[in-house]
Amino acid sequence: MGTHVIKMPDIGEGIAEVELSVWHVKVGDMVVEDQVLADVMTDKAMVDIPSPVHGKVISLGGEPGEVMAVGSVLISIEVEGEGNVKASSQPAPVAQAPKPAAVAAPKVEAVVESKPAVPARPVAPQGPMVAREADERPLASPAVRKHALDAGIQLRLVRGTGPAGRILHEDLEAYLAQGQSNASSTVAAYAERNDEQQIPVIGMRRKIAQRMQDATQRAAHFSYVEEIDVTAVEELRAHLNEKHGATRGKLTLLPFLVRAMVVALRDFPQINARYDDEAQVITRLGAVHVGVATQSDIGLMVPVVRHAEARSLWDSAAEISRLATAARNGKASRDELSGSTITLTSLGALGGIVSTPVLNLPEVAIVGVNKIVERPMVIKGQIVIRKMMNLSSSFDHRVVDGMDAAQFIQAIRGLLEQPATLFVE
Amino acid sequence: MQQTLNTTLLIIGGGPGGYVAAIRAGQLGISTILVEGQALGGTCLNIGCIPSKALIHVAEQFHQTQHHSQHSALGINVSAPTLDIGKSVEWKDGIVDRLTTGVAALLKKHKVQVIQGWAKVIDGKTVEVGDTRIQCEHLLLATGSKSVNLPMLPIGGPIISSTEALAPKSVPKRLIVVGGGYIGLELGIAYRKLGAEVSVVEAQDRILPAYDAELTQPVNEALKQLGVKLYLKHSVEGFDLQGNTLQVRAPNGETLNLATDQVLVAVGRKPNTQGWNLEALNLDMNGSTIKIDNRCATSMRNVWAIGDLSGEPMLAHRAMAQGEMVAELISSKHREFNPTAIAAVCFTDPELVVVGKTPDEAKAAGLDCIVSNFPFAANGRAMTLESKSGFVRVVARRDNHLIVGWQAVGVGVSELSTAFGQSLEMGARLEDIAGTIHAHPTLGEAVQEAALRALGHALHL
Repeated sequence: MGTHVIKMPDIGEGIAEVELSVWHVKVGDMVVEDQVLADVMTDKAMVDIPSPVHGKVISLGGEPGEVMAVGSVLISIEVEGEGNVKASSQPAPVAQAPKPAAVAAPKVEAVVESKPAVPARPVAPQGPMVAREADERPLASPAVRKHALDAGIQLRLVRGTGPAGRILHEDLEAYLAQGQSNASSTVAAYAERNDEQQIPVIGMRRKIAQRMQDATQRAAHFSYVEEIDVTAVEELRAHLNEKHGATRGKLTLLPFLVRAMVVALRDFPQINARYDDEAQVITRLGAVHVGVATQSDIGLMVPVVRHAEARSLWDSAAEISRLATAARNGKASRDELSGSTITLTSLGALGGIVSTPVLNLPEVAIVGVNKIVERPMVIKGQIVIRKMMNLSSSFDHRVVDGMDAAQFIQAIRGLLEQPATLFVE
Repeated sequence: MQQTLNTTLLIIGGGPGGYVAAIRAGQLGISTILVEGQALGGTCLNIGCIPSKALIHVAEQFHQTQHHSQHSALGINVSAPTLDIGKSVEWKDGIVDRLTTGVAALLKKHKVQVIQGWAKVIDGKTVEVGDTRIQCEHLLLATGSKSVNLPMLPIGGPIISSTEALAPKSVPKRLIVVGGGYIGLELGIAYRKLGAEVSVVEAQDRILPAYDAELTQPVNEALKQLGVKLYLKHSVEGFDLQGNTLQVRAPNGETLNLATDQVLVAVGRKPNTQGWNLEALNLDMNGSTIKIDNRCATSMRNVWAIGDLSGEPMLAHRAMAQGEMVAELISSKHREFNPTAIAAVCFTDPELVVVGKTPDEAKAAGLDCIVSNFPFAANGRAMTLESKSGFVRVVARRDNHLIVGWQAVGVGVSELSTAFGQSLEMGARLEDIAGTIHAHPTLGEAVQEAALRALGHALHL
């Protein structure tokens, strides 16, 4: 009988610390090869840590939310045979690793005959979360039923946590409490409130917080806003969608913007760059990997359209759509969520008139898209209705001069206002 | 000169439904008038549940004593007993008196005004009793049910209903019971034990047709042992008063003439909707019963109906629960009549109790169920009660072991209905009953064992 220790792996990009997000096993569980043990969070991506061995979990190296050093002990598993550590050199948990309380003393007893936990075992729901079938009788004692009637609650809607889904007094209380907090906003709109809720900033949220903080502290942000007449490009887009929409897919404005950025960046290589302020090196890149800021359930994500310079409109459109879906569903891989050279952020209909985007370091530019509105514009002495859209962009003023930034945006404007030039080589 | 009374709640009928509603209403401070034409307590206390149990007890005691006088395995030696049925009836009447007087006292205590007389409905808020006019906000109809009569067997002389059978002047030498349901069998068995030669005529192919065959089998055997003759699939054609013979048609079409001294007609009960001008309300009906919703509300606002008048199951305990609920509804509480189960008990010998779903009902409801029996033959307490037949049966869902029904047949099992009802209302699973320590030696151990057996590990089998 030996012990196999899994250390927090180096997930790449030279990260020294990784956040432990979720344990999928607990001390005493039997695990099988390839079973997912934990999720850890790295550069905005969730990474599964699978078990390379078959055995019994004897200790966990940290608690969810804990930031652990790469190389620290993540988990110890008791295995048949030798394992990968000698019994004598059983490692004391490495720095920053486990709090003593979280570590169970390794048990010396023989492995009892218990079946290995099924891999990726779903958490068994305690009872139906939603309403039961209309004809299914909620299971509850007469006292609970009477209480529900008194409180005007349909037991059908209450989740039962008791045996066989039985609705307990506690379940009813919980449902009532929930109902009261819901009702308070409407019924007692002016009631004084003293409740507070503490939400631990862990996982994705902590990552976002760190990156935003880091970006605003380190970069010298300056924002530049210009309005663009998108009437022509919108007409072109409508025309292309009418003509090819059925076969090639619908185009949004984003692939046109990506194309405009690609074309404009040819003349502004200092904007498609990464600035390593520790090494004091600016890396200008030939490839244009456009990060597209996307809102997911767990927070902001930036999936990356790789080699936008080599993509047609429809190609870009399809990739943006695929990545957005993947990011929202939490299916985007780490590769798809890293390596951008410039970022595009759009809130669509919520775009507002001006925004001040925060840089996605180590990039030096981010282009923000505001909403399109029809406005009266004066053209050649005539007032005409045009579709106008603002671009709100931010640059790292440490390495991008204001003149260059302004000229870059003006170039994008020129390309979008004369959309044919997007495609003229 | 007409007198007019005003009240919040007016209850027509002082049976178990009506008087319970009145007591609860009184507790809740609702001004209440209860109108009763005969005796407080209704059918249940006066000519039903209670007197029949009293007569059954007399019959059982007499039967046991007679049994000991002949061949007592218990070593009791007595001489052959004689029966003074007049005294028996007197004893029974004493019980009925005590109970009905008790009801009257309870009603008085709760400030319910009881008006003796026959109610005549005028409209949904007005009832007349004699020359008294009563105006109410809420009208509760609780007039119960009546025995069903057969046109060819009009009650009178040797042809009696359960009412007469419960107040015999003498025990007939021969009695034919028409109807093999629970009323006919309870009384038929009692009369047999009191010494009558009893035959049961039943149109269907078995006794207690409302219950499944497995459950009624021990009753069947007991009838055979007691010497009660069964005429199954026989229908009554008429009665010859001269020859004192009952004509019944056999399944082969032949007509039999069965000589008898009395004929007890026990072919069921029907809602009492006639004779009190219920028609004035023009309520929605459900066949011969008043249609009610799950709050016992009729189709007319603030007119309520409970008990047998509102249909099956025609059981006093259902009426009581409904009456209590309606009183609470009237006091603006939110209530609905939504029991998981209502126990039904037959005080035959052996007794029979059904609570919740039977195996067939569970199957019909699309449930995949485990059904498990535990026989009283393996229960020590049953043996000490000289009871060998019968069993406890549990029906539980296979997926989560939730118990959906209990049935039992055997001596004294009526008292198990309490445990059965509680288990169903509390949503017990097999493991809950199996994990409850049941006192030894009791019949209740069979309840635990049935659950254990359903789980695959009965201890005493």
